[in-house]
This record gives sequence, structure tokens and C-alpha cells, in this order.
Amino acid sequence: MSAITDLFSQEIRVINLGLEVFAQNLERLCVPVIHMQWSPPAGGDPHRAALLAALADEDEEEA
Amino acid sequence: MSIKTANRMALERLVQAEPVLVDCRPAAQAMGLTDRTVLHAGPPLVWGQACATMQAAILCAIRYEGWASDDAQAAELVHRGEVKIGPCHHRGAVGPMTGIITPSMPVFLVANRSLGNQAFVTINEGLGKVLRFGANDESVLARLRWLRDEAGPLLGKTLRASGGIDLRALMAQALRMGDEMHQRNVAASCLLARALMGPLARAGADAAGLARVADFIGSNDQFFLNIAMAAGKASTDPCLDIPDSTLVVTMARNGTDFGIRVAGLGDRWFTAPVEMPTGLYFPGFGPEDANPDMGDSAIVETIGLGGFAMAASPSVVRFVGAGGLQDAIRATEEMGEICLGEHPHFRIPTLDERGTPVGIDLRKVVETGITPLINTGIAGKKPGTGQIGAGVARAPLACFEQALEAFSAQRQPARTLAGC
Repeated sequence: MSAITDLFSQEIRVINLGLEVFAQNLERLCVPVIHMQWSPPAGGDPHRAALLAALADEDEEEA
Repeated sequence: MSIKTANRMALERLVQAEPVLVDCRPAAQAMGLTDRTVLHAGPPLVWGQACATMQAAILCAIRYEGWASDDAQAAELVHRGEVKIGPCHHRGAVGPMTGIITPSMPVFLVANRSLGNQAFVTINEGLGKVLRFGANDESVLARLRWLRDEAGPLLGKTLRASGGIDLRALMAQALRMGDEMHQRNVAASCLLARALMGPLARAGADAAGLARVADFIGSNDQFFLNIAMAAGKASTDPCLDIPDSTLVVTMARNGTDFGIRVAGLGDRWFTAPVEMPTGLYFPGFGPEDANPDMGDSAIVETIGLGGFAMAASPSVVRFVGAGGLQDAIRATEEMGEICLGEHPHFRIPTLDERGTPVGIDLRKVVETGITPLINTGIAGKKPGTGQIGAGVARAPLACFEQALEAFSAQRQPARTLAGC
């Protein structure tokens, strides 16, 4: 039996990231689901995401 | 200094500020505003780009000072540079909506006893046709003259004799009584009136004058708004000289642009076109009558009040939509996503005594795309209309994106040197 078949033969508990509609569909099917609001940093803009990452690194260096 | 250390220092200065209401004096005397200058809300403004409501208020203020006898003459003085205009924020002051301050207007003086700085704000004029909403007729001028000649001097005498009123304690209490201190100031205004009552009675005014001032304060639910703003200004200004901090120190609008200033970037403004507020309108008015958002009052959001403290004020929740208390709690929680901490003194009973979110982090705004939520009054776009509603507005993301670019550019040489 493959791992994926194993997975679906168990009770499914889901953490959903991003699009809330996936979580809502699972809720309708009575599947336990926790939705986490998430979107790519800086709305997915790679330049600003890089700036943010560099500034966040400074905090980590100090810690 | 690392950003983390700088932000910790900035937040500490902000939340441990001790604003005290100590005096009320003419702006010329209190602020040294002695030249022919009209101060306005928001970032610097070019006259030709000012909205009609702002222009009407500035011209009215020039007439009030007696520098011109009509609007045409007043406009000439501005065009010729004989009357200058500039932001309140550059002179240690803040002003609601149009935010007009001229030399003879009485201003409250708020002292920050933890760091020794001061901030100034005019007396709230009340509701209806008022200068801050761009109204400019004789009734507006008459009220301004009365504030200058009777209310201001009496309030100054009262406050000097009182030894000062502790605003942090008063604001913390008002928050527990349902004010978020932007849209709703009824509790704070009552607490202030209570604190002023004895000293005002002892100030030696004649009974009729005392009654006029007492009636004026008692009839204005928003009387405290201006004072909350000056408390915010006195609390945030000391953060402007912390070079490595990403804390947002100022948010302000002039009816054309929205501007922010950041602790690590000093006096530089980062601006973008201001948004239209959404909200509830007085009967007979609608969104088509509204002026874009205005005022320095968003200073209260920078200290964790207003839209950030929505959960403390269920009665203003209708302004954020049709929901109830849960929507208010969600609004406060959302603002928590972009803040550095919670206020140790401003606590919210409906959130199990948690502090209001405070200390907007420029980085978190750009990272999440969550922009500060600001509770606001809505001015009519036609000069002379005054207030036509109240609602909420969002700070434009573009201001924060520009500031992030500038902060990173400023930071880059420091990182390179550290790497060497």
C-alpha cells in the first residue's frame, strides 16, 4: 500500500494555509480543519521580500 | 544598534510616556508661532494641490487673524508667499481634520513628564459648522474669537492652577469605559470635565463666563479628541531620533496625501494619495459628497487607540461594517499583526485585560499587506459644509513600501561595514 493510500485510509486532520475556500469545503464534509491565514511576504513581490528578509536576518543575528 | 534593540527602545519610550495636560495659551506664546503662518494637518502641502475644504479653512484662518478682509485677498497673500503654510507636525503640534493653527489661537500644552518634551493642539470647536471641517462663515469666526478671548484664557488659568492633569491614567480609564478615543471620546470628555470642575470654579471667572465655558465643554462629546492627539504627539515625538528603528511614529493626512514618518528615518515623509473613508453618513449626504480623508488625528492609532482599540469600544463597531463585537475584536487582532507589542497601560476588558496593539512596525505592514485601520470623521468636499459622517479609512500601503526601500538603502552601508 502506498503512503498516499495509507494517508487517506486514516482519519484526516487538516491544517490549511492560504485560500480559505479549501478549509470551508472540508468543514462542509465534516473533516477537522484549522485554517491559517497566510499570504506570501510583501504580496509576492520578490524585491521587497528580499529587503524584508535581510532586515529580519539582522534581528536573528542579534538573538 | 540592531533593529530589534532600536525597536525595543522606541516602543519603551512610546508606552512609558507620561503626558500631562498643563496649560492653554495662544500659539504665538506657547509654540513661538509668531510669523504669518497657517499650520495645517498632514504632510507638507502645495497650495495648488490642496483640496477645496483645506483651502477654505486656510483662507478663513487668514481672515480670522485679520491679515485679509476676504477670501480673495487671503488667497493673494498665500500666492505671494506673504502668508506661509506648513504642517502642524513640524512645529510640535497636531490638528484634527484640516488641523488649522494660527498665532492667536489658544492651544493646549501637553508635557511628557517622562522625557521632558511638549506637544500642542487647539481646543476642539464642537460639532456642526467648524473650521476643522472647512466651514468658514461668520459663526465659525465668532466661535474662534470666543475661544481666543474667553475660553482659552480661562482654561489656561485653570490648568496652571491645577498642577496638571495626568492624561495616561485618564485615557486608560476612558478605554475601560468604552472610548477608543478617536470616534468616541464621551467618557474621556466626562472624566476631563470632572477633573476640571473644581479648578475651573476656583479660577475666578464671573458666573456667566464660567457657565459658557462649562456649557461648551459639556455639550461636546469629542472635546477630549484634541487632547488625546496631543498626548499621542508628546508620546511619539521622542521616538523620532532612534536611527535604527522601524517603528512608525507619525501617520497624518492633509486631504490630498497620506504621510508617514518612521523612527529610523527622522523627519522624512513618505506619502501616497489619501483614500476615501467608508462609513455612515448624516441624513442627506452620501459618499459622493465626501472629501478624501484628513487630519493629524491618526496619531491616536500610532499609540494603540482608535481603530487599534476597536475591541474596547463596541458602540463604534458599526463604522467597520454591519457586524458586532466580534468584528471589533477581529479589527483589534488584525492590528496586532502589524505591531511590536501591547500597551502596558491601555488595557481592554473585552480581551481579558490584554493591552491594545501598539507600535506599528513598518516591516510587518509591508510583509503582511495589512494596513493600519483609522477611525475618522468625514468632511464634506464642498467648502462650508462641515462634517457629513464618520467611518474608517486605511493607510495606503505605498507609504510603507517607500519607507521600507529608504530604510533598507540607509541600512545597507551599515551592514556592509559590519561585515568588514
